[in-house]
Amino acid sequence: MKPPPFRYARPDSLDEVLRILDEHDGGARVLAGGQSLIPLLNFRLARPEVLVDIALVDEFSRLAVEDGVLRIGASVTQHAAETSDEVARHCPLLSKALPLVGHLQNRARGTVVGSIAHADPSAELPAVALVLGATMVVRSVAAERTIPADQFFLGPFTTALEPDEMLLEVRFPAGTAARTAITEIAPRSGDFAIAGAAGRLTATDDGTVANVALALFGVGAVPQRLPEVERLLEGENVTPEALDEAARITTATAEAGSEDVHADPAYRARVAGELTRRIVEEMAA
Amino acid sequence: MKPVPDPTGRLAVSMVVNGRTVERTVDSRRLLADLLRDDLRLTGTHLGCEHGVCGACTVLVDGRPVRSCLMLAVQADGREVTTVEGITPEDGLSPMQQAFKDHHGLQCGFCTPGFLMTLAGTEPDEHADEESVRDLLAGNLCRCTGYEGIVDAVMAGWGRSR
Repeated sequence: MKPPPFRYARPDSLDEVLRILDEHDGGARVLAGGQSLIPLLNFRLARPEVLVDIALVDEFSRLAVEDGVLRIGASVTQHAAETSDEVARHCPLLSKALPLVGHLQNRARGTVVGSIAHADPSAELPAVALVLGATMVVRSVAAERTIPADQFFLGPFTTALEPDEMLLEVRFPAGTAARTAITEIAPRSGDFAIAGAAGRLTATDDGTVANVALALFGVGAVPQRLPEVERLLEGENVTPEALDEAARITTATAEAGSEDVHADPAYRARVAGELTRRIVEEMAA
Repeated sequence: MKPVPDPTGRLAVSMVVNGRTVERTVDSRRLLADLLRDDLRLTGTHLGCEHGVCGACTVLVDGRPVRSCLMLAVQADGREVTTVEGITPEDGLSPMQQAFKDHHGLQCGFCTPGFLMTLAGTEPDEHADEESVRDLLAGNLCRCTGYEGIVDAVMAGWGRSR
């Protein structure tokens, strides 16, 4: 299996990257870590005319916390974020999610932003972006715009990005006020998740849930928030009965999506219910 | 690594492979694994799945284990690459290689270079217990051993008892 022929560019400025994307009208793809794109090329599922390698654009390697926002640039590797003190301090859910992303050999090259732009239904980071209310910073030659996470993921491997646009940066709200958790079931450590759940929860001193956000991944076509479960929990204490009900509603409302050799949609929905129970229990403890 | 502002189908690249500077002109689509195996005749790097799952093609790039089937040769331009040939002493086996031999850490041996390169790019201190070692090894598939011998070998190679 070899990639189909393509032409390769490696500009050293954002303007040049955007110019190449613009000139090829959907025929050019951004190459960051390549851990999703190169398998697609090897399988010949993708046949771009041009790959634009962003390794030499300095500003994309930025990882910084400013004004309560963790900003991660397009070439920051998952390994760099996983081992970053700033990420651990300011965005604990992202820190917990990163070791679940692929294998360490993939994380050495794969990027945080690339995983989000790729929008694999079984990927952890899109669900993390959704739970935390991250903002996507997107630019084309013509304009820059921002897209909230809940409007970014449109379908499997499909996002709100236009062909001439690039996802420059993802902004995660920084903060440690909420408790967070993420878990998944996969055939072996590092494999694509059969199902997973991520969440953030704030509780008052007496244990009443003030605010909770929950999302599934690996189940439906896109990461899925669980508004009915969130409403059930908010204003209540997390009792064993509430956990049972949370699991039941999750299974009942999980989108039917992925079916493969590992699991059918019904199994994924059941697993999603149990995983939701586990993360809520962990966050409420 | 120089900028390449205009898209090109072929590119001259220069990298350090196992301590030697290598210069080649390659197709843009050439995988690093194929450059190593076919152009440089470093056939210790094995290709299994060619989509980043099996780990047989693991090499070090700037000291870190990566999949050479998921990296273009042009992306390795200006970098330092180490293959299993680069960690093998002239006069025999490294301690970890010897440990694999002693503890039945291989049968057919196809996956072994990948395991060795993952281990070569890992700090033993970051994997203090057996569970952590098993997690580390999850990115490399072995279809012969059932992994017990490999875990034994890693523990022995790192001077631990199991």
